[in-house]
Amino acid sequence: MSGADTVGVQTLTREVVVANSQGLHARPADMLAREARKWQSRIELVDGSQRVDGKSILDVLTLAAEAGRRLVVEATGPDAREAIEAIGGLFERKFNEHGTEQTS
Amino acid sequence: MLKLQGIAVSPGVTIGEALVLDSEGFRIPRRFVERSAVDTELARLAHAIAATAREMERNRDAIRAELGEQYAAIFEAHLAMLHDEKLQRELQAAVRDRNWWPEYAVSRTLRRYAKVFQSLDNHISQRAHDIYDIEKSLLRNLLGQRRETLAAISQPVIVLAHNLTPSETATLDRRFVQGFATELGGPGSHTAIVAEGLEIPAVVGVGPFLADVSGGEPVILDGNQGLVILQPDEETIARYRQELEAARTVAAQLKEIRDLPAETTDGVRIQLTGNIEFPSEAEQCLARGCDGIGLYRTEFLYLASRTEPTEDDHYAAYAEVVQAMAGRPVVIRTLDLGADKMHARLNIEEERNPCLGLRSIRLSLRQLPMFRTQLRAILRASALGDVRVMFPLISTIVELRQARMVLADVMEDLAEHGIAFNRKMPVGMMVETPAAVMMLDTFIKEVDFVSIGTNDLIQYTLAVDRGNKDVADLYNACDPAVLRLLRRSLDVAREAGVPANVCGQMSGSVMYTQLLLGLGLRQLSVPPSAIPEVKQACRSVSVAECRLIAEKALAMDGAREVKAYLRDQLRRRLAQAVA
Repeated sequence: MSGADTVGVQTLTREVVVANSQGLHARPADMLAREARKWQSRIELVDGSQRVDGKSILDVLTLAAEAGRRLVVEATGPDAREAIEAIGGLFERKFNEHGTEQTS
Repeated sequence: MLKLQGIAVSPGVTIGEALVLDSEGFRIPRRFVERSAVDTELARLAHAIAATAREMERNRDAIRAELGEQYAAIFEAHLAMLHDEKLQRELQAAVRDRNWWPEYAVSRTLRRYAKVFQSLDNHISQRAHDIYDIEKSLLRNLLGQRRETLAAISQPVIVLAHNLTPSETATLDRRFVQGFATELGGPGSHTAIVAEGLEIPAVVGVGPFLADVSGGEPVILDGNQGLVILQPDEETIARYRQELEAARTVAAQLKEIRDLPAETTDGVRIQLTGNIEFPSEAEQCLARGCDGIGLYRTEFLYLASRTEPTEDDHYAAYAEVVQAMAGRPVVIRTLDLGADKMHARLNIEEERNPCLGLRSIRLSLRQLPMFRTQLRAILRASALGDVRVMFPLISTIVELRQARMVLADVMEDLAEHGIAFNRKMPVGMMVETPAAVMMLDTFIKEVDFVSIGTNDLIQYTLAVDRGNKDVADLYNACDPAVLRLLRRSLDVAREAGVPANVCGQMSGSVMYTQLLLGLGLRQLSVPPSAIPEVKQACRSVSVAECRLIAEKALAMDGAREVKAYLRDQLRRRLAQAVA
């Protein structure tokens, strides 16, 4: 989807699942926030009515997302596509829970 | 605005800034920073954040080297939280836009986050601990060398704490503490006692609330209703300010009569003395214009420490009071505790009915070395001023005679060693059992004065435990039975020409002043805070009127009737005074 009004600004969304056994606790929240900060776009995590800033570890933690929870990642900005890919990848890799490294 | 209910242990109302004592004794003295200093404070904040971050990095590296990556992860998390952009923005905005002092900003902001975490119901709520940790570290770096001890408070504050230990209250600067509120504690707790002694409001047993308040915040402490109000709104503040004004006016008016005697309108002089527990209260009595100390309760000496007080401990306390009173009489009552408070020390079996058990004079007579120690100290103090001794809970003539014998023996002992004391020291007894009242005509021949302890007299006469809330409504000072016993006691004393006073709670309540004066009482001993009021009451009545009131009250059948009548009489007198 592209925003019709602003040139080059897109909002992309992707559904993700929290697959870590311990949910989105400190370590994965930290990884998520660091990754999000690499990108220009605004990145938010949406859980029903709750919407938090993906670049803030404190915000992400307050989601208290336990294993199995479905969230929506929203990225808005020039590099939205790349950001979504990167973050989606983190979720898929379970945030390297057991040290499993995967080349993306 | 958050209104919290605790137990009111010391009356009064105060509005002020919170001083929060956490387990590390942190204090955040100020809330606002001057606009001109904002940049300096922002820099100080940034500096502290950097210092805290460096600490965390050092800890992380050290732990990583020792125990590996997993253990270092917690410090990584802390660092991540510390550097969280949102948090940083909030802290800066608090200082720059709201002019909060950095310490206050840190505390308020982080505690808000902590609360959010605490409200989550999975394991992520544990992150609240991390937030508190970060808060502590930041505060430590901000306050730096300026973390002050309790003794160095320099502005008026309301102290909020988990619990206050005796040593903490000892180091408080009394000029600046407006009141206390604690999470723990009950009516008899140390905090309550100290607050009463300082005559400042106190509320205890509030339950956990320190997480909701930051140092420097506005707080209202209502010691009358047992309320702690955090971040009060405008309306509430206005209402309490009004209350404070009214209380101040009354206090000012009462101060005016400080140097006036307690003399009735028909010229009868009433001796008005104070009931005290601590030597420091003697000053309070003097400040309100009293004729002496009518009851010096000595129990605190035994309760304040784990070991039995030495003769010198006793003497130091008694001497202080006697010297403060500068020639005015001081009546010292010997130990009036039950074995229930002392059994741990004395190896006595637990009693089922401590009220009716081995207590007071009975205990003293069974523990002679302890009794003699106290008597020696009292006698030594008698060389310094007008000291009188009084024995509690006397119910048989044998007890009285035994106590007098021990006293005589101690006197001989002191005389032998050439230690100064007053051989003619007046000896009195408390009249607090029905037995004592019935046999008073016998007792009266062997004492120099009597003091009617209405608290216990009511209890033993009506067979009601005044600590038991289920029967509390049966405990009535104006029960006709009690009134008759009072009258009889006063009549016997008057006939024998022996002075009598009343020292229970009844004497300090202005509702009973007219009644007591009408029954023939010419001496009242009351708590220091009641001195002005009772004096005022004495000065606005005539003994002639009081006699009529007492007669009427004695003719009634029930406590309720008497109470209503006395209240009405009081109301009328107050109305007259205003007119």
